[in-house]
Amino acid sequence: MSCCAPGAEMALDLGGATSSLPSSQEIRLASRSLDDDLRQTDLSVPTVHCAACIQAIETALGKLDRVERARVNLSTKRVSVQWRGNEAPPIVAALELLGYPAHLFDPEIHEKDKTLSELIRAVAVAGFAAGNIMLLSVSVWSGAEGATRDLFHWVSALIAIPALAFAGGIYFRSAWNALRHGRMNMDVPIAVGVSLAYAMSLYETINHGDHAYFDASVSLLFFLLIGRTLDHVMRERARTAVNGLSRLAARGAMVLREDGSRDYLPVEEIEPGLQLLVTAGERIPVDGKIIQGSSDLDCSLVSGESTPRTVSSGETVQAGTLNLTGPLIIEATAAAKDSFLAEMVRLMEAAEGGRAHYRRIADRVSALYAPVVHLTALVTFLGWMAATGDWHQAVTIAIAVLIITCPCALGLAVPIVQVVAARRLFESGVMVKDGSAMERLAAIDTAVFDKTGTLTLGQPRLVNASSIDPAMLAIAGDMAVHSRHPFSMAIAGAAGFAAQPKLESVSEHPGFGIEATAMGSTWRLGRRGWAGWKARTAGESGYGGTVLTKDGIIVASFVFEDALRSDARAAVEQLNNARVPVEMLSGDTAAACGEVAATLGIHHFVPALLPSGKVVYIETLAKDGHKVLMVGDGLNDTPALGAAHVSIAPATAADVGRKAADFVFLRESLSAVPLALDISRKAGRLIRQNIAIAIVYNTIAVPIAILGHVTPLIAAIAMSASSLLVIGNALRLQGFAASSPETVGTRGKRSTAGALARSS
Amino acid sequence: MTTLVYLIPVALFLGALGLSGFLWALRSGQYEDLDGAAERILIDRDES
Repeated sequence: MSCCAPGAEMALDLGGATSSLPSSQEIRLASRSLDDDLRQTDLSVPTVHCAACIQAIETALGKLDRVERARVNLSTKRVSVQWRGNEAPPIVAALELLGYPAHLFDPEIHEKDKTLSELIRAVAVAGFAAGNIMLLSVSVWSGAEGATRDLFHWVSALIAIPALAFAGGIYFRSAWNALRHGRMNMDVPIAVGVSLAYAMSLYETINHGDHAYFDASVSLLFFLLIGRTLDHVMRERARTAVNGLSRLAARGAMVLREDGSRDYLPVEEIEPGLQLLVTAGERIPVDGKIIQGSSDLDCSLVSGESTPRTVSSGETVQAGTLNLTGPLIIEATAAAKDSFLAEMVRLMEAAEGGRAHYRRIADRVSALYAPVVHLTALVTFLGWMAATGDWHQAVTIAIAVLIITCPCALGLAVPIVQVVAARRLFESGVMVKDGSAMERLAAIDTAVFDKTGTLTLGQPRLVNASSIDPAMLAIAGDMAVHSRHPFSMAIAGAAGFAAQPKLESVSEHPGFGIEATAMGSTWRLGRRGWAGWKARTAGESGYGGTVLTKDGIIVASFVFEDALRSDARAAVEQLNNARVPVEMLSGDTAAACGEVAATLGIHHFVPALLPSGKVVYIETLAKDGHKVLMVGDGLNDTPALGAAHVSIAPATAADVGRKAADFVFLRESLSAVPLALDISRKAGRLIRQNIAIAIVYNTIAVPIAILGHVTPLIAAIAMSASSLLVIGNALRLQGFAASSPETVGTRGKRSTAGALARSS
Repeated sequence: MTTLVYLIPVALFLGALGLSGFLWALRSGQYEDLDGAAERILIDRDES
């Protein structure tokens, strides 16, 4: 894997919150049937990088039993495996063994992207037509006359038909849709201009006229389609990257029947009253009550509490929490559609308000632009009718006005800037769902952060490693690798794996800790009261009070803190400098919040909030006229993400949260937030500049057109020139965003960024 | 004029040939994994 070094970093960023491997039943549930026996499973493998990776994966999977075919797609970083039989082959385990962590994603997103292929076909057809018509037009401009000119016009008219029908169809449909709902969008003037230009040129051609605008109408479509396609590709790429993240919700659960048999059922089919087996490392699928077993639950995604909760039989558990240490048998008390998760989705849908009313800049401009343009054309027509009485000349000039004002530059002005901006963000590991998100982000004046999992990593870090006897730390580390409790993982991470001295009979006691024998003594790592059974005296009590004991005597105690996300402080500072005050909302205790707020320099925070409390808080801010940015990761943040004007989620966020957020950042560093804000603001400025350029162009070109001096040659030159100007201005974003101070810190990750950008 | 009668159809035909070639390549999935195709050339085919 030496060739794949940059990929490993990416995997680290993504793999923070992954649970255990999906079981073969879960793989089967997520696969789709090709024919009666053959099934296909698609897996996201973020670390594939080169030919060697492809070969390793394809040969290893091909050797597995019942696997028919395995194919790696390097661009989307996915593997599709076709297999036979009732039970899935151990695909994920095989990939894990090779060093490629893989995960399942939602099967419904595998639907082929119809829009993209339609757009690309439309671009191809329009490009073909525009090229050929332009060639014929050049010969007309350079002096073809009489029958030759007519022939050229006729050929152009013929070539333009498929282009208009196929490529123009996209615009005609969109324009019609807008008009039918009484709205105005950029496609309305485009559709009107293109079809009138074609009709007039056809009339001219039939009557052996000099001027035909076939070239203008088709090349207009071509330019605009390029912008539209780029825009779509960019969004699609972000969507694929976000969808490729591992799924955090349970897809199904093992049901224990009364007769002792076991069944793996999809979550939707679980009914209240069924008994479910949840092993360590799995998420609780539905709300329920524990009837057997005890364990620790990681509730950080659900409630925002950073310390795991110890549970035992009789207690209730919420869907979405992660079972850390011991197997549990729970009795479902609610179906999936009534569980906590579904409740959050409902709250989110109810809260969705801020963005629904948002109208995109392009739509707002075109609502003004289109009537002005059409009115100008009408006035021109009436003016020439009054002046000369020649209706043919009046119509010709009026249509020339429409063509010259056709918003080629305007139609490109917004999407091109957003494509360039989205690309810049993509390179820094920030995915943008759509262009309107950037427009909304540029307008925010308050940023609200969730604490656990957003400002902090939601994973504890050992703080006092340096003051612990290294020999003791080594023993604790060796014991800790046997558990997936976050404290154990922190200790194991700090100690490394020494395997010296050798441990015997390691056992985990869910809710208490780990016990092992080594060198003739019994060692316990865990809760103070349990591990130090001989030392009842209250010593220094740290965070959770975790100690290592030798035969009941405390030999080391461990102090943890919730590790801050890297650059969290810098990010808060940068936001403050950008005149965006930062606030913190959390479901955690006031003490835990106060500590984090003090370290980060956040002056205002609200602790112990329920999910609906967060929504109410954001809605109150919105009522006071604030435009709120919400950054959060948990299930409990999801309604707030929906309620805010614009929202950002880290890649480790709950599935619904990632779907709800406008931006998703893949790296660990929180500097993604000020970066996104910075680029969105710069993009906003460039968009306004571009619209200004387009308007200046029109104020120069329109009088010329009204006076009747526009020939097809002038129209072609003017349109291309304005489009090039707008595109050139948009590309400046690439330049000054790269030199801005925020990106200096991410320099080191350049290689990954480049590889990622190239590969999808 | 007479040259145009066959030159224009020839030009259009060649253009259309290119276009249909592109559409065919698109439909047969050749643009689905551009990076993979670039890397796969480095893989030696197994003797199997």
